[in-house]
Amino acid sequence: MSGAVWAVAELGADGLPTRLSLEAATAARTLAAAAGLSSAAIVAGVDPDAAAGALALYADRVIVVRLPPGSAGSNVASAGAIATAAVADQPDVLVVGATPDGREASGILAARLGRGVLGNATGLSWGEGGDGAPAGPRVEMSVLGGRALTSSAFADGRGIITLRPGAVTAAPAAAAGTIDDVTIPAPASTGVHVLRRADAATRAASIEEAPIVVAGGRGLGGPDGVALLEELAGALGGAVAATRAAVDAGWLPFSVQVGQTGKTIRPAVYVGIGVSGAIQHRVGMQDAQTIVAINRDPDAPLAEHADLYVVGDMFEVVPAIVAALRARAT
Amino acid sequence: MRIVVLVKPVPDATGQERLRSDGRLDRSAAPPVLNGADEYTLEAALRLVDANGGEVTLVAMAPAEGRDALRKGLAMGAARAVLVTDDLLAGSCTLSTMQVLAAVLRTIEFDLVLAGADSADGGGGVVGAGIATLLELPLVSGAAAIDAAGEGAIHVRRIVGTGEETVEAPLPVLVVGTQLLGEPRYPTLKGIMGARAKEVAVRTLADLGLADAPIGGRSATTLVVAQRPPAARAATRVVREAPDVAAREVVDFLVERGAVR
Repeated sequence: MSGAVWAVAELGADGLPTRLSLEAATAARTLAAAAGLSSAAIVAGVDPDAAAGALALYADRVIVVRLPPGSAGSNVASAGAIATAAVADQPDVLVVGATPDGREASGILAARLGRGVLGNATGLSWGEGGDGAPAGPRVEMSVLGGRALTSSAFADGRGIITLRPGAVTAAPAAAAGTIDDVTIPAPASTGVHVLRRADAATRAASIEEAPIVVAGGRGLGGPDGVALLEELAGALGGAVAATRAAVDAGWLPFSVQVGQTGKTIRPAVYVGIGVSGAIQHRVGMQDAQTIVAINRDPDAPLAEHADLYVVGDMFEVVPAIVAALRARAT
Repeated sequence: MRIVVLVKPVPDATGQERLRSDGRLDRSAAPPVLNGADEYTLEAALRLVDANGGEVTLVAMAPAEGRDALRKGLAMGAARAVLVTDDLLAGSCTLSTMQVLAAVLRTIEFDLVLAGADSADGGGGVVGAGIATLLELPLVSGAAAIDAAGEGAIHVRRIVGTGEETVEAPLPVLVVGTQLLGEPRYPTLKGIMGARAKEVAVRTLADLGLADAPIGGRSATTLVVAQRPPAARAATRVVREAPDVAAREVVDFLVERGAVR
């Protein structure tokens, strides 16, 4: 095979590749090395030079697509530009982060390339064939709310993979890669234009990258519960997260929702307070290394999935934990 | 406003869902219900119609039993439903799903297509963007609120990585929603009764001119090669002591796990 594996980079608010992008670049490089293919990371942006430099540490080659200034902040514009470059070069495999923007880019890539998508990969390897599928990536996925793990392949060895955060550990390449600009025709305007923008107040730690996450659910009951949640997160140095019930109640913002339709996290430690652990929440957090839960209901679903489960009133237990943590710290 | 809401009947998440030996979802193991994310986009569509007039059409691709799930959407207030169902579609991949839904949309006149953020069974979250691309429609994702903006345009408040933004988009457009669109309404008794008389038009691949197209299970771009149960977690340690004792146990456990120094 003479093809290529590409990673599609996503840029954070600082204009640099997200950690997940570096994981995708590492995954693309590793797959390509196992398969004897070439690899690259592709980035599109109005001012992508700093991002390209950062990506080059993780990629054999960085492909840079420069966008016209008016397209700043538009994922559709950058995904469209990346798709145009992919249609021209026809890489065999594309690895994209499983974020909202990454999924959108994957849908655009799938339609433009006429390729399939394997979504939410929790592990990646190269298969040589002989398992009912041709040589190509083997993609591990957790399905049915974590009750089954599947390994999937592309019918012709070629396709698009969306990668969950933490599925691959970002590791720099032995030597920095080359950086090449590609020129693509200017995309036609879609007629969508931004009227106004509001940047969110950035929370102390992004829940996707935080090693400790403290999540609150319906049991928070209101602002007092949220204050307690934030106090515990502060004492543990963790990020605050929420279930859909707590977001629907207006107690916490959608940006910190964990689970189906929210974010998927894989922290070292997850602490749930007032969280029953409905399947829709568990799909977003069950891969945490350690799960601790505090809930009045001894039979809540999370009881079966936690490493440590405290049956008790969070309004009594959590202040005692905070006090114990503070006593340790002094 | 003529609005199409893409909906997916998915297996009810009761714990009974399972995979068949070939890795496909066993759709007979759990009854189909309306995909949760799609109820939010349907709610947004119904609110737009309530405020501006028009009609909502549901479009789904599913086995014939999916019809029961569509009834709920009709009971909530959609005017009609189109269900693409065909034995050849069993085992369809994401790409086929996009292509089939795009083909149905080519037969319908609409101003706005709404898609949910993802599906409870597949969860890829890529189909909406793919359909917009195939139909060359403008695409707006992450929608938290949708309002009509005069003739021929809408305003969408959308969640983006850095916060939120409000965009103006010309019609026709495809919008991918979030749950922030608002709590889905419950069907009223009148709605449930009325839904029985509403049309669910069934379309096969042949009806869509796709009988010989490389589409559906036989042309799936992806396949499952192996499946296994997840590694069992160690047994849960349950603490039922008084708050002070329980708190010490939690802290000791977190120290043991290296989360607290």
